[in-house]
Amino acid sequence: MSTLMSGARMLAECLAREGVDCMFGYPGGVTLPFYDVLYDHQIRHILVRHEENAAFAAEGYARATGKVGVCCATSGPGATNLTTGLVDAMMDSIPIVAITGQVTSKLIGSDAFQEADTFGITRPCTKHNYLVKRLEDLPQAIHEAFYVASTGRPGPVLVDITKDVLQAQGHYVPVTSIHLPGYKVFTEGHTGQIRRAAQLIQESERPLVYAGGGIIAADASEELREFVRLTDTPVVNTLMGLGSMPTEHPNFISMPGMHGSYAANMAMTGADLLIALGVRFDDRVTGRLAAFAPHAKIIHVDIDPAEVGKNRNPDVPIVGDVKRVLSKLNKILVETPAEAPPGNNETRAAARRGWWHQIREWKAAHPYDTSTSESEIKPQHLMAEIDRLSGGQAIVTSDVGQHQMWAAQLIRFNEPRLWINSGGLGSMGFGLPSAIGAQMARPEKLVFSISGDGGFQMAIPELATVANQGLPIKIIVMNNGYLGMVRQWQTLFYNDRLSSVELSCFPDAEKLAGAYGFKGRTISKPWELAAALKEAVDEPGPYLLNVKVTPFECVYPMVPAGSAINEMVLGPPQPVAVPAD
Amino acid sequence: MQQVISLILENKPGALMRVTGLLSQRGYNIESLTVARTLDPELSRMTIVVDVDSLQRAQVIKQMNKLINVLQANDLSEVPAVVRELVLLRIRTTQESRTAVLKEAEIFGGRVVDSSSEGFAIEVTGAPEKLGEFVDVMSAYGEVDVTRSGALAIALDSKKLRLQPPVPTVGQPHAQPAQK
Ligand SMILES: Cc1ncc(C[n+]2csc(CCOP(=O)(O)OP(=O)(O)O)c2C)c(N)n1
Ligand SMILES: [Mg+2]
Repeated sequence: MSTLMSGARMLAECLAREGVDCMFGYPGGVTLPFYDVLYDHQIRHILVRHEENAAFAAEGYARATGKVGVCCATSGPGATNLTTGLVDAMMDSIPIVAITGQVTSKLIGSDAFQEADTFGITRPCTKHNYLVKRLEDLPQAIHEAFYVASTGRPGPVLVDITKDVLQAQGHYVPVTSIHLPGYKVFTEGHTGQIRRAAQLIQESERPLVYAGGGIIAADASEELREFVRLTDTPVVNTLMGLGSMPTEHPNFISMPGMHGSYAANMAMTGADLLIALGVRFDDRVTGRLAAFAPHAKIIHVDIDPAEVGKNRNPDVPIVGDVKRVLSKLNKILVETPAEAPPGNNETRAAARRGWWHQIREWKAAHPYDTSTSESEIKPQHLMAEIDRLSGGQAIVTSDVGQHQMWAAQLIRFNEPRLWINSGGLGSMGFGLPSAIGAQMARPEKLVFSISGDGGFQMAIPELATVANQGLPIKIIVMNNGYLGMVRQWQTLFYNDRLSSVELSCFPDAEKLAGAYGFKGRTISKPWELAAALKEAVDEPGPYLLNVKVTPFECVYPMVPAGSAINEMVLGPPQPVAVPAD
Repeated sequence: MQQVISLILENKPGALMRVTGLLSQRGYNIESLTVARTLDPELSRMTIVVDVDSLQRAQVIKQMNKLINVLQANDLSEVPAVVRELVLLRIRTTQESRTAVLKEAEIFGGRVVDSSSEGFAIEVTGAPEKLGEFVDVMSAYGEVDVTRSGALAIALDSKKLRLQPPVPTVGQPHAQPAQK
């Protein structure tokens, strides 16, 4: 059966077949035929104010749900504006599909108006990409794009479609199968290796789970909790993995890495076995690689074979979907209890108790700084108050900088897909548009968008989108007057020579939000904080809360670049006593 | 060290760009690269020689295998394989050394493909190191100009091409495909 229709309509049909209910985009000359179809199509198109934010919003949608997020842009500048979001999705393995218009196929290569080599430009920004120049190739390309984006290690896929394809009429034959002979997805995990892993786990005296974004991508939190129940292993979560283990779970330590906790970094360094699940031994986590987890054997589970052994050679490599691998592992652990692995069970049990004791000591010795001040709002105070309102349940999207690290340290996430941030690329401007995507996907959820005063201004045009859609996002600006994270490095490593980091101008939040038709407010006193946040949350619509915080706070602990992660700087340098003359 | 990689890739637009882009993106130095159709016109075979740290060799292959248009990537430095290259060399030579030049060419198994009063054009195939020697020897007789094909390699044991089967599109979201 087939129906005669335009390429543009075929595109919409294919998207609908993939279950797309909403997409984020910005129209232009070559996508006109598609926007004409969208005019009365069931797919809801959210008009953003910059294409970069269409990609970020699609990511927010995908990160909040696990479904593929969709964004759309016109040729030339529209497509080039998408690239930051594509790379962001690539770095964090987020499934999005980007549709771009291209100039008419006859004009390709002629430097036509708004022509850019989108296919070439986005090759390194995507997991895979397509240039569709013939109508008959269109449905296949769209379905392949969704398949590639959402399977294996997820990632962004772009489909560039020429205007003549969108305009052409043809018979739409729904695609029923996809054939990508060279696309290998490794899901099962080698049973022999999983058995070896089980054995190492049972023999270990100081085991530690190092779990990341892969747990969330694979929807494997339940399996992880079951594993922890069976083995009583302590857990650290990377920045991308926060929420995969509930913050309040007794076995959860916290985040390791450059701004991770003392306990998490000491545990990484002291462990004799790291069970690395859906992580990539990123440099922000490992610090100086040669000194990372020096006593540990490594079990590394990842769906991407190229991640296994990329930075650290594992003792037990397991390539597979971490959900399936963990459930197999759990089964093995249940069936073969640690009855007689080599060594003495009594000593091992004692060693495990000692390990837990040690971890509790580390936790108690240097918890995260949560100090408050009576006269000013400290950034940590702001995060603690947001945490109180969230209760581990709200979606929190973050921008990039100091506020991101404090939010990651101090806000609880008791479920996966609540913490949404730009981890790998660290793209400022991510917080607000990703909140738009997340709130569109989860309308019932309380969504906080936390940004710095720098990153917020990168995303400021999206206030219009928030207002247009009436999205009840609580936009919190942690306003320290500086590009705080860069200022911190200048203070610590460049003799406090503050170069181009002062943001001396910030708009009046009440007027700014008011100009878009919603409520806003600026506060600077600690006694205003709780009530102001409450007011924001109680407001049925959007709310912009600009919170002036102490400007010169630094995020600690901090692992200086090039140091081992147990070589943390725990707080500001103590003033040196000046000798009397 | 030099790593010889043999790739089979689909003849899709941009496939070559994906391979070369990946190499430069990951900082691998390309020593040589050749590509041409296979018996199956839908596929091409590439031979790539890269200069990589020996610890990185497995990583290069894994990254290549991740490319959707790559059906197979093999490290031929690890298996029995033949590596050959073609050189075309033009030499300007004096009347006196013509015979000596021809003699040397013969030693290297060369074939004269053009001859004029100025000199010769000579074609030699062989292992890449061997061709280096040939060029050195010839340079002693006069001004040379050289073009080399880059290495071509083939494994001596055949490795079965493992292709993924088609998957149905129905239903969203796509489940991770089952694996035997
Ligand atoms: C697009 C982009 N440009 C530059 C940077 C470098 N950078 C990292 S953090 C930071 C400062 C962010 O300042 P602000 O948004 O005020 O957040 P704060 O650190 O003060 O919390 C900058 C400039 C970046 N991450 N992204
Ligand atoms: Mg700031």
